Amino acid sequence: MSSSSVCSRDVVVALENGLHMSPSAQIVQTAQRFDCDVRIHKGDKTVDGKSMLDILTLAAQHGTTLTLEASGEGAQEAVDALEKLFVTNFATE
Amino acid sequence: MNLSDFVVAEAILPDLQSTSKEDAIRKMVDSLGKTGAIQPEDQESIVSHILKREELGSTGIGNGVAVPHTKHPSVDRLVATIAIARDGVDFASLDGELVFILFLLVSPPDRPGDHLRALEGISRHLRNQNFCSFLRQSKSSDAIVDLLDEADNDQL
Repeated sequence: MSSSSVCSRDVVVALENGLHMSPSAQIVQTAQRFDCDVRIHKGDKTVDGKSMLDILTLAAQHGTTLTLEASGEGAQEAVDALEKLFVTNFATE
Repeated sequence: MNLSDFVVAEAILPDLQSTSKEDAIRKMVDSLGKTGAIQPEDQESIVSHILKREELGSTGIGNGVAVPHTKHPSVDRLVATIAIARDGVDFASLDGELVFILFLLVSPPDRPGDHLRALEGISRHLRNQNFCSFLRQSKSSDAIVDLLDEADNDQL
């Protein structure tokens, strides 16, 4: 059964140079594979995880904790896929 | 970080005529070189670094905007220029659309925080439709400088 709900998870930016443009593009490309809404929270700031401009406004430096949140069809899978980017440190920097 | 902190006013190109990504990048780097913001002997190396970065994935981030950039050891502070391309440039953007607004950044390698804050400033203003449409309508460097000041002061 595919999920259709809200799913959220905390991740830490381990990239030495922070969440710059290439990893942000990877987030957008991953998020866009899913139909659900994707939001990223940094403190009290919330942005659209499918928008490059939005993500870049986070200026998330090394060590920053972000909360990934998805709602709708495939929310769980979307958060899993996005979390994997952070866990693998976006494969390369 | 304010746009006017790192955009070199004298290097702004209000009417960029370029058909290719490489030509656009060259003209913008050349314009920075003419102001002394970067040294002439470093220009070719900076262009090739920026082109190499583009190979990893286009910095055409959608909405008709591209932010070509690189780190380069020859600069000791972040410098940038803006170009407006009325006819658009094919930047192999993420959304497949032509690019009309270009921000080109050259950052010192040891200041990743400054680079992130510059990207934050640029993208925050580019989310504002007024900023984008006024920028595309600007016909002179002075008009663009005024617009950057208004954006920095949240007057748009």
